[in-house]
Amino acid sequence: MASTSSTNDRGPIRPYGDTTGDGMVQLSFTLPIEHSKVAEGAAVQLANKMGMDPALVVHAKAMGEGFTFFVVYGRVNHLVDPSTVEVVERDYPLLTPKEANSAIKRALRRRLVVVGGCIGTDAHTVGIDAILNIKGFAGEKGLEYYRELKVVNLGAQVSVPQLVERAREEKADAVLVSQVVTQRDAHLLNTREMSAAFRESYPEDKRPLLVVGGPRFDETMAADLGVDRVFTRGTTPGEVASYLVHRLVTDRKKAA
Amino acid sequence: MVSTGSTTKKTSSTSVKPRLGLDRADVRRARTLARQVGRPIVRLAKQHTTVSVERATLRMAGLQGADPDGTPWVNRLADVVRADTGLEHGVALPVWHALRRGHADDLLTLAQKAAAGSVTFELPDGKDATAAARDAKRAVGAGIKRIDANRRERERLIKRIGDAPRKPWIYLIVATGDIYEDIPQAQAAAREGADIIAVIRSTGQSLLDFVPEGATREGFAGTYATQENFRLMREALDETSRELGRYVRLTNYASGLCMPEIATLAGLQRLDMMLNDSMYGILFRDINPVRTFVDQRFSRQVHARAGIIINTGEDNYLTTADAVEAAHTVTVSQLLNEYFAKEAGLEDWQLGLGHAFEIDPSIPDSFRLELAHAMLARELFPEAPLKWMPPTRHMTGDVFNGFLLDGFFNLVGALTGQGILLVGMMTEAVVTPWLSDRDLALQNVHYVMNAAGNLHEDFRPAPDGFIARRAREVLGEAIDLLQAINDDTDTAGDPPLLAAIADGTFGLMKRPPDKGRGLEGVARKARDYYNPATEILEG
Repeated sequence: MASTSSTNDRGPIRPYGDTTGDGMVQLSFTLPIEHSKVAEGAAVQLANKMGMDPALVVHAKAMGEGFTFFVVYGRVNHLVDPSTVEVVERDYPLLTPKEANSAIKRALRRRLVVVGGCIGTDAHTVGIDAILNIKGFAGEKGLEYYRELKVVNLGAQVSVPQLVERAREEKADAVLVSQVVTQRDAHLLNTREMSAAFRESYPEDKRPLLVVGGPRFDETMAADLGVDRVFTRGTTPGEVASYLVHRLVTDRKKAA
Repeated sequence: MVSTGSTTKKTSSTSVKPRLGLDRADVRRARTLARQVGRPIVRLAKQHTTVSVERATLRMAGLQGADPDGTPWVNRLADVVRADTGLEHGVALPVWHALRRGHADDLLTLAQKAAAGSVTFELPDGKDATAAARDAKRAVGAGIKRIDANRRERERLIKRIGDAPRKPWIYLIVATGDIYEDIPQAQAAAREGADIIAVIRSTGQSLLDFVPEGATREGFAGTYATQENFRLMREALDETSRELGRYVRLTNYASGLCMPEIATLAGLQRLDMMLNDSMYGILFRDINPVRTFVDQRFSRQVHARAGIIINTGEDNYLTTADAVEAAHTVTVSQLLNEYFAKEAGLEDWQLGLGHAFEIDPSIPDSFRLELAHAMLARELFPEAPLKWMPPTRHMTGDVFNGFLLDGFFNLVGALTGQGILLVGMMTEAVVTPWLSDRDLALQNVHYVMNAAGNLHEDFRPAPDGFIARRAREVLGEAIDLLQAINDDTDTAGDPPLLAAIADGTFGLMKRPPDKGRGLEGVARKARDYYNPATEILEG
């Protein structure tokens, strides 16, 4: 486990406007009501109920027919306690592409095979491409840039059977799935279908590492979804590569 | 209520004066290369037909509806004809021959009987073939007459009700998945200032090899394109157009495996603009290249006839590739889209060629680069109503920063006389736009157009300054890429563009001509192939 940072030890805190402890926040929302003094009062009432007191409506504007948009500034009395927050901290070392390559080469003596794609009806390849395409993301090159990784990017709207078949064909060490569309929890349903299909067609010890990513996933849901790891918003290719090396190279060596 | 910015003067395309000092010989060279690259593809498209082209022909002849399982009758009928006589002769002759022989009184009954297995189709010859062709042409001609009538109706409505008060036309998206939710949202968006409403399709639809039927209330991240949904939305917007005193245009997507059929339905239901890109399906949906180019040509012929403005999808290149490094691929795609569009009969005013504001805002001079790219598109296609697409890639969820970025996007739009402006939402990549997001986004557009809508009158980039040099550089790279495509070969002797698509020239995606979805629905035309729709549309 990566070390828990010192911010956790600070004790309860409040939002910060311009003075420590002032508790100031801003909020915007729309109410389905014509703009009037009553409407502004209703906005204050909502802010009060949300714990803002005093609440100041700094902007109110009619929007469409029968709607008003508000911007509210105010003080909240709540405290938050970082020491009770649970997050998934990175539990593997970050490697440079060079380090990742040499670790794979040393341990596997072959290229590590990664098969990726967007499953279901999801046509948004932004996520998988950010991780896989050589172009990469956030200044880091994608997995295609890693000499010791063989990347098979199946693109968008890959069916689960296609994904399984291709993973078998390529003897995939890891399968990366990206899900952007979340309507009616499509990303969760698709992921469960995918992990079930892999479990069905592989013996457990031969199954490729299953990794899923997307902006609306919760990192703590891996077990629930039947996958090995969930990556969420802001994940970079380097993090994914480091994780793959950690699980497929470092861990296996330890087990052997 | 947002003002519609009536103080801004119309920025018509005729006001575009050369400002970049592009070498005319370079521009000619780029167009010549695009023609050289495109021509073998057109030849290929003329040599083939597809299941969707044939089904579109049946739709023109009035065949509608679906069986109890939801499979459209055009699919049921075309499948049986194909099984009996093959696809290579077209479905028209076998179908109208069967009608002449008295197998059924009308197309629907024939489709039902065919589906039940009680009709066997055969290919007529001699006088029978002539007679079947005549009947087929009469039936299909009726559908084309309806498309023509819709075009006249649109022109009449615009004249009577009034047109959008200024350019760029403001383009807003609705996407609830439920047509009955979409309608009030679209009407509200029009009242708030939208000149164009686009109904985003359900994400899965491009890979369906049939067009769903009827009014639909369930979709993923969008609403299915169906004939009934088209009709309902156009009817609702006609009502709103009258209320607002300006004709509100309706947009949908002629793309994916059913492109020709959806283009036909758009013509039959008086849609006004359609997304229709020459290579998008190949690169981003892995649809077979030959299938795409054949379907593409037919759908563009229908759009040309229907007076529909097409929107091309160059923005997509920049969502997967770097917007600076790949800037010239946008230009190349625009040139190819222009060639294919004009070859299919579309005119300049119908070419909503796409481009987008997708450069990483953290790089130095990103705004000047955006401006250079947008001006290049404007000058290369002075008569086309370019479609300007907002930032998506670098919208991070920081809605405040995103709002500023959208403002700069709008400013480039104002400075370069864009015809169609897709309104950027600060909540891009966060949520589907809320009512307030849309209102704030429109305020942003109106502020910029009001404040700087005529700035293009004053704005002249320095003759050899950064912007002019960058535009020339991108054009040069585009010419080099077109030359490389034109020189590309593969072992099968395919047209150079197919070879180039196969080896990953565009967007790093390799799409060989013998792979991809929908290939099984392509057939090389036999000598006696007949399709009355093609005959009329080619004329």
